[in-house]
Amino acid sequence: MTRIPGESLLAAGPSDDGLSGGPTIGVLALQGDVLEHLRLLRAAGARAVAVKRTGELDRLDGLVIPGGESTTIGKLAAMYGLLDPLRQRLREGMPAFGTCAGAILLARRALHADGRPAEQPLLGAMDIVVRRNAFGRQIASFEADLDVQGLTGEPLHAVFIRAPWIEEHGPSVNVLAKVGTPLGDKVVVARQGNLLASAFHPELTDDGRLHALFVDLVREAATV
Amino acid sequence: MTDSTALRGTDRVKRGLADMLKGGVIMDVVTPDQATIAEEAGAVAVMALERVPADIRRDGGVARMSDPDMIDEIVRAVSIPVMAKARIGHFVEAQVLQSLGVDYVDESEVLTPADEAHHIDKHAFTVPFVCGATNLGEALRRIGEGAAMIRSKGEAGTGNVVEAVRHMRAITGGIRRLAGMGAEERYAEAKELRAPYDLVAEVAESGRLPVVLFTAGGVATPADAALMMQLGADGVFVGSGIFKSGDPAKRARAIVEATTYFNDPDVIAKVSRDLGEAMVGIEIDTLTPDQRLANRGW
Repeated sequence: MTRIPGESLLAAGPSDDGLSGGPTIGVLALQGDVLEHLRLLRAAGARAVAVKRTGELDRLDGLVIPGGESTTIGKLAAMYGLLDPLRQRLREGMPAFGTCAGAILLARRALHADGRPAEQPLLGAMDIVVRRNAFGRQIASFEADLDVQGLTGEPLHAVFIRAPWIEEHGPSVNVLAKVGTPLGDKVVVARQGNLLASAFHPELTDDGRLHALFVDLVREAATV
Repeated sequence: MTDSTALRGTDRVKRGLADMLKGGVIMDVVTPDQATIAEEAGAVAVMALERVPADIRRDGGVARMSDPDMIDEIVRAVSIPVMAKARIGHFVEAQVLQSLGVDYVDESEVLTPADEAHHIDKHAFTVPFVCGATNLGEALRRIGEGAAMIRSKGEAGTGNVVEAVRHMRAITGGIRRLAGMGAEERYAEAKELRAPYDLVAEVAESGRLPVVLFTAGGVATPADAALMMQLGADGVFVGSGIFKSGDPAKRARAIVEATTYFNDPDVIAKVSRDLGEAMVGIEIDTLTPDQRLANRGW
């Protein structure tokens, strides 16, 4: 078993034997906060594995693209031949959940903070256009409580780090949450079929409700 | 629904950016062109500074925060986070960097210290800080002062990885030692480490630092980067090693690949080929104690 960045030197390694019978969900582990996603996916009953290579995609029932730098993850995915196999699996209906950088990678188009088109490798699976670093630089990063459609109970505490927002979306995309900004309310969680995107980092908190929602979605897709 | 301006500069938000940099390479750059090369190569962030450590070493004199114009140009050139260095204890340089909108401040021993007794009170800032450490006690003192990210110091500007290895082993070894202790032993260990007890107890329970741990100071090759990752680093700072080498773009990309695939010798072998000249290294023993940057800070 390989060590992934951020993994404790002491705690048991990231075993892929979560609950037997749970769906197998890969976390794209080229760069970013992989470990945090593995933790919440396992808590939601999935077998969660870090994936870095094309050969590791075949056995997956679903994919999480973590937070990180979208340019770095995209470039490495391109260099290691992961873009086309990933696009193929997503076209075939594999569920995916992208947080922050992951949401950017799922989008069909990305814009820079100032609105210029961002030239970077994307998977183009979701009919959304994202604006990178839309809330501003790190000093504008923030935490907020969000009402997310489909989640019961307390509002979700969301951590936004140099976060994007969803600038435009097609008719098949459902908006699940917005956040208020000085420029009006902006879309920060969206779903299109089996694809889920959040502009913030649910993996940085202990609230696993979005991950549980995604694991349920993967389970349903696997039984169809 | 709360607003996007409600809760900024929290520990979670500060440490969170470092979490997003994990598994990545942060590169020293001195011009917007170099910043673009770094971004193209897949760097997760750049460190904007006037001179790389190898040149600071060669030129001597007082090394200070960079010119705000130069930092602005680099901020405009790339979409990835931009870090910049302030002198140890120079909280006004840090205030200036925060006002310029840099994403992380490195309170760095590479610059000439401005205060010989006190580091910056980093809790007082919205911008997060990364600080160097040579051992666990130093790391925990910096976190106690508000650092949201730690890097092992190594010996910057030498192209020699030996000190980075020493410091990374000291930090991870210190964590292992702490995790093996009984609860009653932690009090004496906190005194020994000269570190806040609460942080000592937290590390003992979790078996890891409460913030991300990168490595820095002497990484010059893809194999150096992978070595540090296998020793437990969450990511790598490369200073002089890239833009003091023969083919910076190629070496930058190779170090990024070696950091992602750090446990795959086939990848490291492949990316290590035909990289041109590495930076000329310095044998640590030839440095006098006052030439050793890692001795700055306490």
